Amino acid sequence: MTHYIDHILPAPLRKHPAVFWVGVVLIAAALAVMPFVLVSHSMTSWVRITNFAILFVFLSLGLNIVVGFAGLLDLGYIAFYAVGAYVYALLASPHFGLHLPFWVILPIGAAVACLFGVLLGAPTLKLRGDYLAIVTLGFGEIVRIFMNNLSEPINITNGPKGIATIDSIKLFGLDFGTTTRIGDFAMPGLIKYYYLLMFMLIIIIIINLRLQNSRIGRAWEAIREDELAARAMGINTINLKLLAFAMGASFGGLAGGVFAAIQGFISPESFTLTESVMILAMVVLGGMGNIWGVVVGALLLSFVPELLRYTVEPAQKALFGRQIIEAEVLRMLIFGFAMVAMMLFRPAGLLPSAVRKRELARKAD
Amino acid sequence: MTTLLSIKNLHIGYGGIQAVKGIDIHVEQGELVTLIGANGAGKTTTLKAITGLLKPTAGTIEYDGKNIVGEPTYKIASQGLVLVPEGRGVFPGLTITENLQMGAYSRPRHERASIAEDIEHKFSLFPRLKERAKQTAGTLSGGEQQMLAISRALMARPKLLLLDEPSMGLAPIMVQKIFEVVREVSRRGVTILLIEQNAKLALQVSQRGYVMDGGIVTLSGDSKSLLVDPKVREAYLGEDVAV
Repeated sequence: MTHYIDHILPAPLRKHPAVFWVGVVLIAAALAVMPFVLVSHSMTSWVRITNFAILFVFLSLGLNIVVGFAGLLDLGYIAFYAVGAYVYALLASPHFGLHLPFWVILPIGAAVACLFGVLLGAPTLKLRGDYLAIVTLGFGEIVRIFMNNLSEPINITNGPKGIATIDSIKLFGLDFGTTTRIGDFAMPGLIKYYYLLMFMLIIIIIINLRLQNSRIGRAWEAIREDELAARAMGINTINLKLLAFAMGASFGGLAGGVFAAIQGFISPESFTLTESVMILAMVVLGGMGNIWGVVVGALLLSFVPELLRYTVEPAQKALFGRQIIEAEVLRMLIFGFAMVAMMLFRPAGLLPSAVRKRELARKAD
Repeated sequence: MTTLLSIKNLHIGYGGIQAVKGIDIHVEQGELVTLIGANGAGKTTTLKAITGLLKPTAGTIEYDGKNIVGEPTYKIASQGLVLVPEGRGVFPGLTITENLQMGAYSRPRHERASIAEDIEHKFSLFPRLKERAKQTAGTLSGGEQQMLAISRALMARPKLLLLDEPSMGLAPIMVQKIFEVVREVSRRGVTILLIEQNAKLALQVSQRGYVMDGGIVTLSGDSKSLLVDPKVREAYLGEDVAV
């Protein structure tokens, strides 16, 4: 067991496993109670915000496989999220009259997204850096435009109107879309989703941690460093790059499916380039290649804009008696400042991966 | 002696230009053979074809009794034909230990213990690498990087080691050291094909040599006799030989 902990733990905690476990129990307890506290303080919307933040953690971790581990810049990652969401929506809504169960659709969604990942990966195997970024950007746009226009001649995606009344997730006879009551105790659907997402998050993080320290993870690292040398070491660079795209895409598809179920409605508008850029920003801000860093980055960029939304207006009213700058405007301003500050002070991210940190230190010499 | 590598009538072209125009090269088990020639002679192109990075237009490359033309690089590498790329090609962001571990990538998982032993063995050969085991390869000097690149290739326990211009860009004293290393590796039983521009040193350490010029092998034979061959001396050793 210690062996696993060594891999998973951030370095400073490795020497004090007892402290670590106490911390884990406390954090787990706090996270378990949190949604009920929020609801009882009539802050239900924050549970919803947290759910979407967790979805963005899924997406960031998926993109991190492609960008952070394998070093392939992908600017169209949201396409896989879109594919996953549409697969779920088409198979579980009145649109086609299909209502397949969650456990059937989720793997299908992930598999279709995986297929799209390979579809994007195969023709771009020889591209790197800027050129790869341009192609992936185009790919993301193509997928979105298809979603927008595939309502004729056969109506598949229902075009810009999107697909509505998508089934909620139902597991073990439990409908995640409604409030469950056991006596006086009420558990709203949002909180059920919260627990489901938390559960999935733990599994996804464990998969990522295991992946990073695996043979595959090390091969990705070698490809990122020097592709030719990696090949000379006997690494099948073609398959491994495709695998990175496919795995990243599967995580995106998975997140998309859950998104469609929680939201109940999807339209191409949710899958714009801005979203791709946002996810990439989460990965970069947190620290490319470092799983914990990426988690922190995704949570920060999900929560801070929401915090601003709730604080900027009242703060200005209290100070100046009226609203001068809108929260939305201020958000982009702060976002820009944060990015510039990051590049100046922590270019490798908030929690940089060991290798990136070394790389940057070397370049500074 | 068995033939480990046998190249017959190899032609390689880039688009319409023929870079290699029908060469025959063979390397016997345990030999240290060198391929020398000036820039643009087709040496590196030949090497790229051997390692599967380029597809020849005609000819065969037999390694260990089997034609490997058309096989992907990674498969060739995992059969024990290991390249030390030109310009060293170490993984600059990985530590020295990680670089060595990467070298053993194609070895099966159950060899983990012997891989660790091999790393220690490389460290004993190059104490300099051991001192810096936890530093990144990018912080090493050129010569140290070259030693790391050779050590990393040896981690795969190669049957045939291909060295592409190991002396390139190194200080003269380092060049001497690298050639000592090459000689030592060969003495330990590794078959080597050495591509070099430094003809004199290459011929001094090797047993046989091929001289390439304009895409063909112009001379070949015993290294000792090549060293004294007037044509070689004039063209590659920069000596003025009165004929």
